[in-house]
Amino acid sequence: MALLEIKDLEVSFPTIDGVVQAVRGVSFSVDKGKTLGIVGESGSGKSVATQTITGLTRGAEVSGQALFRGKDLLTMTQAELRQVRGPQIAMIFQDPLSSLHPYYRVGWQIVEMIRAHEPDTSKKAARQRAVDLLRLVGIPQPERRVDDYPHQFSGGMRQRAMIAMAMSLNPVLLIADEPTTALDVTVQAQVLRVIERLQEEFDTAVILITHDLGVIAEVADDVVVMYAGSAMEHATRDEIFYQNHHPYTEGLLRSLPAYGGERERLHPIAGQPPSLINPPKGCPFHPRCPYVFDKCRTDPPPPLDPVEGSVLHRSACWLPHTRAGREEVRLRVTGEALAR
Amino acid sequence: MTAPGGDVLVSATDVVKHFPVQSGSLRRSRDVVHAVDGVSLEVRRGETLGIVGETGCGKSTLARCIARLFDLTSGKVVFDGQDISRLKPRHLRPVRREVQMIFQDPYGSLNPKRRVGSIIGDPFAIHGVARGDERKRRVQELMEVVGLNPEHYNRFPAEFSGGQRQRIGVARALALRPKLIVCDEPVSALDVSIQAQIVNLLSDLQDQFQLTYIFIAHDLSVVRHVSDRVAIMYLGKIVEMAPVEDIYTRARHPYAKALLSAVPVPDPKTASQRERIILVGDVPSPINPPSGCRFHPRCPKAQQRCVDEVPDLVPRLSDDASHLAACHFPVADGEDLTASRPTISTEDRVVEPELVGLEVLHGLSDRTEGGTQ
Repeated sequence: MALLEIKDLEVSFPTIDGVVQAVRGVSFSVDKGKTLGIVGESGSGKSVATQTITGLTRGAEVSGQALFRGKDLLTMTQAELRQVRGPQIAMIFQDPLSSLHPYYRVGWQIVEMIRAHEPDTSKKAARQRAVDLLRLVGIPQPERRVDDYPHQFSGGMRQRAMIAMAMSLNPVLLIADEPTTALDVTVQAQVLRVIERLQEEFDTAVILITHDLGVIAEVADDVVVMYAGSAMEHATRDEIFYQNHHPYTEGLLRSLPAYGGERERLHPIAGQPPSLINPPKGCPFHPRCPYVFDKCRTDPPPPLDPVEGSVLHRSACWLPHTRAGREEVRLRVTGEALAR
Repeated sequence: MTAPGGDVLVSATDVVKHFPVQSGSLRRSRDVVHAVDGVSLEVRRGETLGIVGETGCGKSTLARCIARLFDLTSGKVVFDGQDISRLKPRHLRPVRREVQMIFQDPYGSLNPKRRVGSIIGDPFAIHGVARGDERKRRVQELMEVVGLNPEHYNRFPAEFSGGQRQRIGVARALALRPKLIVCDEPVSALDVSIQAQIVNLLSDLQDQFQLTYIFIAHDLSVVRHVSDRVAIMYLGKIVEMAPVEDIYTRARHPYAKALLSAVPVPDPKTASQRERIILVGDVPSPINPPSGCRFHPRCPKAQQRCVDEVPDLVPRLSDDASHLAACHFPVADGEDLTASRPTISTEDRVVEPELVGLEVLHGLSDRTEGGTQ
């Protein structure tokens, strides 16, 4: 059984302009010890989906299921949810400065987290654990730094402190929402390494939300590609990068500058992401899709149809779901025979 | 993209920019942030010079010094044969026509209360170039050039998406047909699919109007794509400057090497084969930069000389005159940096108990064909 299984999740927010359909029928699952990457551009619903399952989207209209160890997170009471959030599912966010309280010492904030969930732990023991955790994530001189305020930490150290706090109760699932986006690349490499090490050590499952395909390539096992509130493709990392099926995934990868090699013009995806108040009929990607045909404009593609010949690989697209069929369309439309 | 080879359009010599900060109780002590600390470079007509570096390395400050949005603490900037480093605002005006900027934040750099037509028309108004119907005609022409619908002349910035707003910023920068455009993180705030649109637009405009760009970014793959030459900065100094392929394939400075190796590559095969150098600790404070080579506390090759002596930015090893590195012990071709450890121990060095030294991350050593998609 998967550790977390999300089925047909729909989330919408009523606003004065209309109902924003932030997540429109998303399903995926995560196994113990694995890293699931969720990739998508701004407004694709990747953060809303994970915040909803941890009960962080108040005022949203939610339907679907989020089975965590067989129990539906979406129907839990706040009290039940509190037992899950923290000890079992922990989260870290993009901006470590606004996730830490500026008035309290870093160590105190970790101690508070521990004691809130384990009232029996003494202050002294909790403090010692905070020191150990800070050491674990690579904070220098943790005995001294535990009494620092967040502003005395650099950006990378703050994110390490957040990871320490998230790991303090030894959760089975860590949801990392753009954990390195605000950090420089050398610091990003350090932080990703810390997450990777902790995962190896404690067999934690990780959901890593990012817009950076480079980060996905480095750390994810499986990948969900989201666009306009829907999951477009779900596959192993290598399938996403080398055998992708959905035209949006293909377009996303093609719009990146090539790593090395010839400097040719970039291939952006034409147009803009759609409004989520009035999403296009049919496939949400059809206005920007180079392969669009009549059916795409009217009928929404079946959510995540399996791609022939693969265990996991699924794609929400009307194009043929055989490798040969998809390749034929690719060649016909782009005219780039044997480009890869 | 044209090959660099034109005459020198901008030259900066020993540019220094310090910002005083007040700190301590009653704000008595006056420290100085060494944002840019002695930088010399040249930009040739028609080329794109990329400037990369991490937060706080001084790349934006340097660009603003060159564009004379800041007064220099010391040093000299010569633009198109004229020394502009000491010009008073009144005399700077003609220079402003020639040097324009594009900023990172397409939301913050446009006044939300003004219509797009009047924003793009501002340069014409300020410099008294065109008025009335003529101005409107030229603004609409510009909108067309950057791929905006000229009929949207009367819309407000809020009615445009991020990518379109960046196009507005580009149109405004282009209005007076400048010679140099300083692009300060022009695509960092945009999604990748939109980012590619703006990168292509900038390169088309460069060809069309023979523009020279100084292109600042922290995204090294974008910089590689647009630049002819690249300068890498660390703590207010250029550590290495070379033609783009030289930097990316044979970097000499250990910091440049580490920075390049830290960039995540969107290709799992390459990513798993690459040896990543993980740097120890954080960038030291620019208020009290380390002595000698500023990278020495984190450098795997540092020796006593690096603590005592500031390295010059000159060709190293057998490099030709265009490849400069500020390092006493440059990295040779094929040298494996990942095996070495930091050598100099100083008090201000941040030690990482878990990640001591340079870590080599061997990925899955899958030995399929090398690195190409």
